[in-house]
Amino acid sequence: MKTFKMGGVHPEENKISTQAAIEVMPLPKQVVVLMNQHLGAPATPIVAKGDKVKVGQMIAEAQAFMCANIHSPVSGTVAKIEPCKDFVGLPKNAIYIDVEGDEWMETIDRTPDIKRECTLEPKEIVAKLKEMGIVGLGGATFPAHIKYSIPEGKKAEYLIINAAECEPYLTSDYRVMLEHPEEVCIGASILRKALGVPNAYIGIETNKPDAIKLMTETAKKYQGIVIEPLKVKYPQGAEKQLINAITGRKVPSGKLPIDVGCVVSNLGTSFAVYEAIQKNKPLIENILTVTGKKLPSQHNYQCRIGISYNDIIKHALGCLPETTGKVISGGTMMGKAISNLDAPTTKGASSVLVMDEAEARRNPETNCIRCGKCMHACPMGLEPYLFSALVKNKRAEEAKQHNILDCIECGCCYFSCPANKPLTDEIRLGKNMVRAWMAEQKK
Amino acid sequence: MNLLNISGSPHVHSDESTKKIMWRVNLAMIPMLLCGIAYFGLNALLISLVSVACCCLFQWLIEKYLLKVPTTVCDGSAVVTGLLLAFNVPATADMIWLVAIGALVAIGVGKMTFGGLGKNPFNPALVGRVFLLISFPVQMTTWPTVGKWFPMTLDTTTGATPLGIFKESGLSDMPGLMDAFLGHIGGSFGEVSAIAILIGAIYLLWRKIISWHIPVAFIGTAFIFSGILWLINPEQFLDPVMTIFTGGIMLGACFMATDMVTSPMSKTAQLIFGFGCGLLTIIIRNWGAYPEGVSFAILLMNAITPLLNRWCKPARFAC
Amino acid sequence: MTNMILTAVLTLGIIGAIFAILLYFVAQKFKVVEDPLIDEVAEVLPGANCGGCGKSGCRAMAEAFVKQGNMDGLYCPVGGEDVAKKVAALLGVAAEASEPKVAVVRCNGTCANATAKNNYDGLKDCAFANTVYAGESGCMFGCLGFGNCASACQFGALSIDPETGLPVVDQDKCTACGACVKACPRHIIELRKKGLKDRRVYVACRNQEKGGTARKACSAACIGCGKCAKTCPFGAITVENNLAYIDFNLCKSCRKCVAECPTGAIHAVNFPPLPPKPAAPKADATNTAAPQNNEKVEHTVAPAAEPQKAPANNQ
Repeated sequence: MKTFKMGGVHPEENKISTQAAIEVMPLPKQVVVLMNQHLGAPATPIVAKGDKVKVGQMIAEAQAFMCANIHSPVSGTVAKIEPCKDFVGLPKNAIYIDVEGDEWMETIDRTPDIKRECTLEPKEIVAKLKEMGIVGLGGATFPAHIKYSIPEGKKAEYLIINAAECEPYLTSDYRVMLEHPEEVCIGASILRKALGVPNAYIGIETNKPDAIKLMTETAKKYQGIVIEPLKVKYPQGAEKQLINAITGRKVPSGKLPIDVGCVVSNLGTSFAVYEAIQKNKPLIENILTVTGKKLPSQHNYQCRIGISYNDIIKHALGCLPETTGKVISGGTMMGKAISNLDAPTTKGASSVLVMDEAEARRNPETNCIRCGKCMHACPMGLEPYLFSALVKNKRAEEAKQHNILDCIECGCCYFSCPANKPLTDEIRLGKNMVRAWMAEQKK
Repeated sequence: MNLLNISGSPHVHSDESTKKIMWRVNLAMIPMLLCGIAYFGLNALLISLVSVACCCLFQWLIEKYLLKVPTTVCDGSAVVTGLLLAFNVPATADMIWLVAIGALVAIGVGKMTFGGLGKNPFNPALVGRVFLLISFPVQMTTWPTVGKWFPMTLDTTTGATPLGIFKESGLSDMPGLMDAFLGHIGGSFGEVSAIAILIGAIYLLWRKIISWHIPVAFIGTAFIFSGILWLINPEQFLDPVMTIFTGGIMLGACFMATDMVTSPMSKTAQLIFGFGCGLLTIIIRNWGAYPEGVSFAILLMNAITPLLNRWCKPARFAC
Repeated sequence: MTNMILTAVLTLGIIGAIFAILLYFVAQKFKVVEDPLIDEVAEVLPGANCGGCGKSGCRAMAEAFVKQGNMDGLYCPVGGEDVAKKVAALLGVAAEASEPKVAVVRCNGTCANATAKNNYDGLKDCAFANTVYAGESGCMFGCLGFGNCASACQFGALSIDPETGLPVVDQDKCTACGACVKACPRHIIELRKKGLKDRRVYVACRNQEKGGTARKACSAACIGCGKCAKTCPFGAITVENNLAYIDFNLCKSCRKCVAECPTGAIHAVNFPPLPPKPAAPKADATNTAAPQNNEKVEHTVAPAAEPQKAPANNQ
């Protein structure tokens, strides 16, 4: 059983929605498709108000380098194109589409048959990933076609598929593995082919024994798919930690995984890749977990992009429980708190996590007692307590010297702090401070 | 419905808290307290009560009237200081009031002057103890004899600690090893019983409040260094087993050197810290004026803790 | 006995002599030749090292003055005219005139005007909260209220009013060093001309969203209706991105815009009360009764009446 070597914590797993099979979320009256659902520049709308669109039709094009195409998740009429507030309340350009029926593009293969053969060349695969608007679904929403275009002079040796799902509560990857093992393996094979590497390693934490068993059996049918059971420890699914666990390599400070010959993709991405390459289906759906300790029911949904969080909650739960204290998009360790429930979901959304008031409230901060727990929990071998002091005193240069920019913001430091200091928050602030300082130095 | 809470991630927290840690340390000290009461009777109980009460009272007064901040007495750290201070004084009737002065120095000078819990460079209980030792040397080195169990009287006959005996008259009058292990020897009332200290230490290790590095390095260094000296001259130097079971080494290594606030954080630094404590203790014991050197050794090492934190960085994941 | 004293005196004397010689040579070797003028200029500067001038401290500012040889582009906002004159005299150039300024908080999002729609529970720091979400009221331009400006102020001129949740500037303490302007992640604070008799008019809002959206977040937001711009006889008001801005170089403090603003986003401070008009029934003596109350200022159509003698006031 493999694991990363340094630090880490064990948050309560709370995987309570594991038994909920993936349901299809019904279509709402209107969807709002944000123009930056991915890392990088926003896409440019190529439809106008009043245009009729079909499911899967491209409605926004990637014009910048770091950008991804966006396709219509529904069929209907473009109502307007204007900014819409995202889930933290910041306006982003968006296309509003009034839903009419459910008419798909003819090119999309909607049959449930599994298509195993892929005859495309690596370059064609990458081009198709770009066309279909595939982005990484592990949280960073990095455009896939950029990740899989290996830069000159570098060589990929390992493809790692992240199915660790080390975040508490989330079960969408787990459900995908149980319900679509073949598709995931084919997706991984396609990515393996795109990179030209001998093996794709799928890392799964051992708290999902049935998924490991099923995937191991399925993988036997495919060449070069290796299932790697991983120790249950957070942040096992963080890119650098996962590489370390599976290959033993360490990504140097300020470098990318490809610098040590690794490419990491999320399990959800490999499923999306299968659908895009084999079925011509662009990224217009994602798998969402709707969960929470105090909720009457737990769900996993296959959900069109652009449905608002309110619509999802309404369909899944009717309304939020009275005692709701926080709604999170993503897991409890790295997810973002939602302040605007009217906001639409995006490609990277993986869950709607409803936390109880008592569970959500942070305890008051007390003095640091220099116990060093944050330091021992840090998977990057940093000293969060020190950053806290440096950031308070605005000492950017020293924070840089102590490698604050290595921080992956996994949250282990705040999680383990007995004084409840918001260490992760302070470090984020410090990273911004250091970046501003560095920009000033360059000038 | 409530307003939704917003914060940066993470949104969950382990159930660790400063309060929990401090009260668990207090729990770990119960066996020592019981042992002390068993060997030294009412005096031990009264000293503990006075010490804890004074520590809490002074902390509350200072926070309320001098610093004007919300009180933190409930976090249990003042109780830890109070108990440790009490464990470090002889259980004589004189100490019942002297320990109050020690508590004032421990909390007032050792802790609150620096800004309270977490900011003090020196272990407050040891600051109080050393203050008492230097200011009231006679009372602080007048040890009650241990005779029968549960002596329910305030009058005590005075004896000497094994280390005192050894310094004065050599090996002839030393108590046996078993007595030292169980605590049937003279000394400060918290330090006498190695078994009670070990029970507490195992609890702290299990709760992950302390790690093995400091106690093992401390005791190991003391053992090896005194062993070397003993091999060189068994007449002049105490044998290593007796060395670690007498005096404050056990208490110091498990409860005072491991104080989170004043000990370094990384494992390497903790080993160096423990090594320094052990070395200094043996040096002071054998060549210093005092028969016992644990307090001074720990305080001296406390002073270089910030430097150790600076030098011994954790290993970076990505270089 | 004498011997011992002699030894001690000699030893110490020799050690002292050796160090004295050593220090002398070290001092010679590492001597830095500096223009003595720098010291003189530094002496004149306030010495608060606030960084308001954009340099790392007063010493650095003095060096910049001497290196440049004139006053162009260098101004100590703390020392103001007095210091500028002194420095100019030292440098041997003519001092330029510049009007005194004061920090002005351009947000009207009090707890009452911009009701909280969620509850912030993270690190109490404006720069951080700004990266996490739009704000408790949903206004992404408004004050976050964690007081980065107040902690940046070296002169104790800024404090957060617990009732309104907004920073309050003590104009007598404010030196217009601009530290708060840099500290505010939302650029709410602006240095504006102090104005004749400390009277000034400004738009207390930064919201660039459309009127409806802006009003949803905050009842006293500027909705960009442009009424003020039409009213202004001096052309001092421009409306850009749904937000009005009063150019303090053109404003003559006539206060016509204040009465015109439908949301009360335009503030006028330190003015005597307007003569009561039937159209503006709210502008009455209630304000004179509570000259310190920030909230009153915002809710009235007419400006708050504030006796000029009152030394400390909200802006």
